[in-house]
Amino acid sequence: MDSKQAVFMYEQMLLIRRYEDQMAQIYTEGKSPLFSIAAGPVPGEMHLAAGQEPVAVGIGIHLRNDDAVTAPHRPHHIAIAKGVDLNRMTAEIFGRVDGLSHGKGGHMHLFDPQVHFSCSGIVGAGFPPALGAALAMKRQGSDRVAVAFAGEGAANQGTFHESLNLASLWKLPVVFIIEDNHYAISVPKSESTAVSRNSERAAAYNIPGVYIRDNDVVAIYEAGKEAIDRARRGDGPSLIEIETTRLYGHFQGDAEAYLAQGEKDEWRHHDPIPRFRDLLLANGWLDSATDQDIQTRVNARVDEAVGFARKSPEPMPEDALTDVFAETGKEAI
Amino acid sequence: MATETSRKLTMARAISEAIDLEMAADSRVFVMGEDVGPYGGIFGSTTGLFTKYGPNRVIDTPISESAFIGAAAGAAAEGLRPIVELMFVDFFGVAMDQIYNHLAKNHYMSGGSVSHPLVLMTAMGAGYNDAAQHSQTLYGLFAHVPGLKVVVPSNAYDAKGLMIQSIRDPNPVMYFFHKGLLGLGWMPSDDRAVVTVPEESYTIPLGRANIVRDGTDVTIVTIGAMVHRAVEAAEIAAVKGISVEVVDLRTLVPLDTGTILSSLKKTHRLVIVDEDYLSFGMSGEIAAIAAEQALEYLEAPVRRVAVPNVPIPYSRPLEQAVIPSTPRILDAVTYVTEF
Repeated sequence: MDSKQAVFMYEQMLLIRRYEDQMAQIYTEGKSPLFSIAAGPVPGEMHLAAGQEPVAVGIGIHLRNDDAVTAPHRPHHIAIAKGVDLNRMTAEIFGRVDGLSHGKGGHMHLFDPQVHFSCSGIVGAGFPPALGAALAMKRQGSDRVAVAFAGEGAANQGTFHESLNLASLWKLPVVFIIEDNHYAISVPKSESTAVSRNSERAAAYNIPGVYIRDNDVVAIYEAGKEAIDRARRGDGPSLIEIETTRLYGHFQGDAEAYLAQGEKDEWRHHDPIPRFRDLLLANGWLDSATDQDIQTRVNARVDEAVGFARKSPEPMPEDALTDVFAETGKEAI
Repeated sequence: MATETSRKLTMARAISEAIDLEMAADSRVFVMGEDVGPYGGIFGSTTGLFTKYGPNRVIDTPISESAFIGAAAGAAAEGLRPIVELMFVDFFGVAMDQIYNHLAKNHYMSGGSVSHPLVLMTAMGAGYNDAAQHSQTLYGLFAHVPGLKVVVPSNAYDAKGLMIQSIRDPNPVMYFFHKGLLGLGWMPSDDRAVVTVPEESYTIPLGRANIVRDGTDVTIVTIGAMVHRAVEAAEIAAVKGISVEVVDLRTLVPLDTGTILSSLKKTHRLVIVDEDYLSFGMSGEIAAIAAEQALEYLEAPVRRVAVPNVPIPYSRPLEQAVIPSTPRILDAVTYVTEF
């Protein structure tokens, strides 16, 4: 990692954090004094990824626009790191016509084919399509790669095991990333998973498996580089599991009564962003003036995206009836 | 050449020939599924393709249906044209999420920016004592979910033209072939499905029903293997002086409502024959269309002949009791005629 990459990653992490913090604020609009999930400019479930920035950024830095990524129900950090159009993504979350899907998808169903990004609200559902994208890339003779992101809860789904087996069997250019944020909604990993590290499961499928502790963006960068280079070379898939932290609840409105006392505070005190900033400062890769510029730029970028979304009109009710089928000759690809 | 123009094919051969033609014409087309390679598909739908195209384009998969059906979706989104076989429609439960939450919805949820042009083909149907987990039709289940096209050919000519059209369609298409129509040597097969099939490539549009027999007194709307039972019933009815029109829908999605309605306006009587379960399925849908759009033309109550709401039983007399038969269809025709 050189200084330029490091500062870029730092800025991306800040952008994601600012975005999620803003989204947490906006989500409360119209939801008080009585909380209703259906009220306000941003209705529906909202799963925020503050704290998980190192995962998205440490992997995303190695990806090109033409590489494919599938993400789970908590997708914003991965989408931002993949370069999804932030204005249109935000408009989609607001359910507006200028959204990525003109308001038909929402925050769990973001699609940006320009950068080959998609996500799904179904746990574990992103592994097979990433496998298929990798199959297409290999058949097309390209050096593109596919990356599937999912939480540690998804590693107990059949799709995870089926996909690892097939990816290894067919030696596909795909990398599986497990974000171990300790909880599948409320159930701790120790109560759901027979191995302490899902990365050990890679051995069952004859592929490399790495566990990265402590939400360490530098280690994620290194492991991500190795796995993605390996896939790009045609040497097959890898599995990386990353210990990370979910600084908001499973969804906005989650009382998090299942957390141990002080657990959240511990995570907040161990926030990966200030840790990375300290490293950059210590290395002389960042000074406080540049840091201030970055903060300003990031805030402005989020404000612009939210402004874009707020200005965009709501869709017409009759638009609900379009887009069920593609018309012949008008395939998206 | 004259002999070749009247060449007859089984439905299995017609399907594999259709796939062969599209694979030759379009390098994006490939096949994957369980036993589709050297075996040629358990029901012969990929016969000869492995020899001709090799393991890179005719890919045997492990028994990991969620993974390979989801992979087909991902590959289609990246520009390929997968044809996936899942041996029996009864097996789709293990991969349903990838089908009804992803394949069916992604075009809509993406506002039209992502499409999944692929064919998911599968065997369906009873008549050879394979019991409740290997004998269903279930096309109604897939037709119910918006975003999937549903194709159910009744003969070799339609099977070929509909398959080529399905491969070229920009959407996910569920293609159901009835095991009892394929011309397999190892189970009963309906000779009526073996018809003349041109050697060249041709298409049949999805959403266009076929009037397989003209009539003026009663309309039978049906699909798949039941088309032939309906025609048999119509032949017997003709001897009794009842003129029965048989409409083979060929596709459930899109549904050719126009042909159903114009037939009803002529005959004023409707019998629906469906090898799927009676409740909440195709037969109810067609009856609802008649009630909503052609009630003033009807001169008798609609009659439905379908599998009563029980799983398909094993024993021969039990199975035969639940699958719609020519006598049951004839009873329904007689009822609506004499009403």
